[in-house]
Amino acid sequence: MLARTAANLYWMSRYLERAENLARVLEVNQGLAWLKAARPGEDMAAPLRLTDSEAAFAAQHGAELTPAALWAFLGFSAHPASIRSCLARARDNADAARDALTGEMWQAIHATWLGMQAAIDAPPADPANFADWVKERSQLFRGITYGAIHRNDAYRFIRLGTFIERADNTARLLKLRYRGHRAGMADHYGLMALLESVSAQDAYLAVYHDTVSAPKVAELLLLNPDAPRSLAACFAEIRQILPQIGGPRGRAAKKRATELAAALEYGELQDILAHGLQNYLGEFLDQLTQLNDELHAAYMEAA
Amino acid sequence: MVRVGAFSAIRSVLSGRASMAHPLLNIGLMLVCPECAAMPSLPPPNPGLYDEMFDGATPRAHYAAYAQWLDGLSDEALSARQREADLLFRRHGVTFTLRDNPALDRQIPFDIVPRILPAHEWVQLERGLRQRLAALNAFLHDIYHDRDILRAGVIPPEQVLTNPQYQVAMHGLDLPNRVYAHVAGVDLARHSDGAFYVLEDNLCVPSGVSYMLESRKMMRRLFPELFARLDIAPVEHYASLLLSTLREASPVAQPTVVVLTPGRHNAAYFEHAFLARQMGVELVEGQDLFVQNDRVWMRTTAGPQAVDVIYRRIDDAFLDPLAFNPDSLLGVPGLLSVYRKGQVALCNAPGAGVADDKSIYPYVPDMIRFYLGQEPLLNNVQTWQLRKPDDLAYVLTRLPELVVKEVHGSGGYGMLIGPLASRAEIAEFRQRILAAPANYIAQPTLALSTCPSVVEAGLAPRHVDLRPFVLSGGDIRIVAGGLSRVAMQAGSLVVNSAQGGGAKDTWIVEGA
Repeated sequence: MLARTAANLYWMSRYLERAENLARVLEVNQGLAWLKAARPGEDMAAPLRLTDSEAAFAAQHGAELTPAALWAFLGFSAHPASIRSCLARARDNADAARDALTGEMWQAIHATWLGMQAAIDAPPADPANFADWVKERSQLFRGITYGAIHRNDAYRFIRLGTFIERADNTARLLKLRYRGHRAGMADHYGLMALLESVSAQDAYLAVYHDTVSAPKVAELLLLNPDAPRSLAACFAEIRQILPQIGGPRGRAAKKRATELAAALEYGELQDILAHGLQNYLGEFLDQLTQLNDELHAAYMEAA
Repeated sequence: MVRVGAFSAIRSVLSGRASMAHPLLNIGLMLVCPECAAMPSLPPPNPGLYDEMFDGATPRAHYAAYAQWLDGLSDEALSARQREADLLFRRHGVTFTLRDNPALDRQIPFDIVPRILPAHEWVQLERGLRQRLAALNAFLHDIYHDRDILRAGVIPPEQVLTNPQYQVAMHGLDLPNRVYAHVAGVDLARHSDGAFYVLEDNLCVPSGVSYMLESRKMMRRLFPELFARLDIAPVEHYASLLLSTLREASPVAQPTVVVLTPGRHNAAYFEHAFLARQMGVELVEGQDLFVQNDRVWMRTTAGPQAVDVIYRRIDDAFLDPLAFNPDSLLGVPGLLSVYRKGQVALCNAPGAGVADDKSIYPYVPDMIRFYLGQEPLLNNVQTWQLRKPDDLAYVLTRLPELVVKEVHGSGGYGMLIGPLASRAEIAEFRQRILAAPANYIAQPTLALSTCPSVVEAGLAPRHVDLRPFVLSGGDIRIVAGGLSRVAMQAGSLVVNSAQGGGAKDTWIVEGA
């Protein structure tokens, strides 16, 4: 397939996944707002740190962090990291690769953008409904993609974008919210928020039948291949997808993806904790950036 | 809402009124009045106009079944269907970007009342279109080879050789099947005398076929009962005919075809993506192609892949910065040299535009006689060429009655519609003509036929034209029908998508 089209599909998919993840994070954050009164130290700024937009937020809204201001800024404003901007870029990339999408896929993503424009004109009174809507639209698109498109390279670049973005998001969230071993209520709620942000609270209970503890949360989100947003699950998919892409290219990316997948599949939590989780995640994110660059160089840039 | 029944009743009351103007100049000035357009009871079209659906108060034979069905539909049902159509078009993202607001994707206004033609009338049109395109392609081959028609004195050589659309680079090139205009969109209009006239032969990069196909899809979805009841000729196989035509432009056995678009900010980008998708070929931009070893390649995820046929939707001037406009970022450097070596096909061929130029248009009937030895089946509109002193003198005395067009203009820009223009506008246009008479031609104001259309206040007549698409390869291929463009403003004669015209589905109906 056309290199440019591959890039459009990959980034369409990444931006859509990013919008969905941000909606989850904002929703969970709002749920944590009540904790802020009880515990001023609670990290309300997580969504801003996650999107590297603390300074831009302060310039626009001042120091006061309220759920409403966070929603306005990261939901509906034209800030490049907002849900709105993600959906606009997803739509623009889809438009540029419109010939590679089925009619249903295009309509799903175009209708999402139309809905976003309506939400900009009249921001919804209940942001939680909006968050649900964003998640639904992203899930709808994934479902249509899974159910409608021929299993060709277009499908593979779309899926690749989804899992790379998802791994990136899980790693960043874990890095941000994980505070090591601490006891007490705040720790409990912080960890629950983390699990909810990646829809893993049910998985946690199903796997551990236990109260939340930091190492177990880390193990679930890093190494458990059955938790759909864990790094292990994302890389199991990425490792599968890459060799299916037609043509002789991408050896460096395939090698790196296979190594990362193997490290996650056979890795031990105690080794990761001994190395330091922050160090581990920092290195993982670097590896992910390099993988992204290798994918670009091999498939999506000038031949 | 004005129902068809009521509408025809008003018509019959007024039909005794004599038409005040000469039929050729009759453009239905009643419809121009903005107050009229806002009134709940709309006036009927000027009786001098030809209405596609009604002959006086009675529906024409080929509309009888439709009109009967329409009478059985409630006001609410009709407007609900129109709203549904608008919503679906919006959701599908069927757009055309307006010239004055390129940032905004505009949805094509779509009207749910079809334009119906009886099959026996279409057969005549189709024969005329085949004849016309055969002659136009023969003309293009001739002027880039032996120039028989110029030497025979049928067309003044300077009209062709100094034409800005004439491409010296095409000299002596032999194209498969001698086809230059692989895809043509011929604009036809029905005049008040009931006959069709050719307005323009669009031979460069005619657009609109995606609206024809989307309109049909919409109508099938909205009115399945009508498609069950009437024998409507299908158009959905257009993309496969197009692909066959494009393949025949290459000497290669299994050629790789691509659609070349200027990009997603082009007005017709929707159509480019639509056609690429329908044909199952890649939609490329200039940056996706490069030239190496006398071949054109596209950059793919698996490395360079050779391209054999380029269905290019960018103008000649932007195709190759090395051969034409050096500032073009849209084209492919070196493309023309590969083309001249016969290693890639371009559809349509560069230089095809010389044959659809308004200064060449008056000679098309002569081309048909010269190359085919036949009498033209389709009418040309009488045309005065202002480069001729006699024509100029005559036209200057008749500006308020005539349409004056720039010879190289398109999209409905750079034209004067005398009967709709103010005195000041006419005076200003006169100066422009006098400054460069050879840049203009003049024609009588055609009374474009009308067709009932859904407007805010109900149904009202709106002017329509017809653009069938003619594909020329080993054979000439035409799907039955075309795009009926409709002027959405009361009284407006400008149906171009670029200026806010809308679309109607066109039905060729058997047994009517």
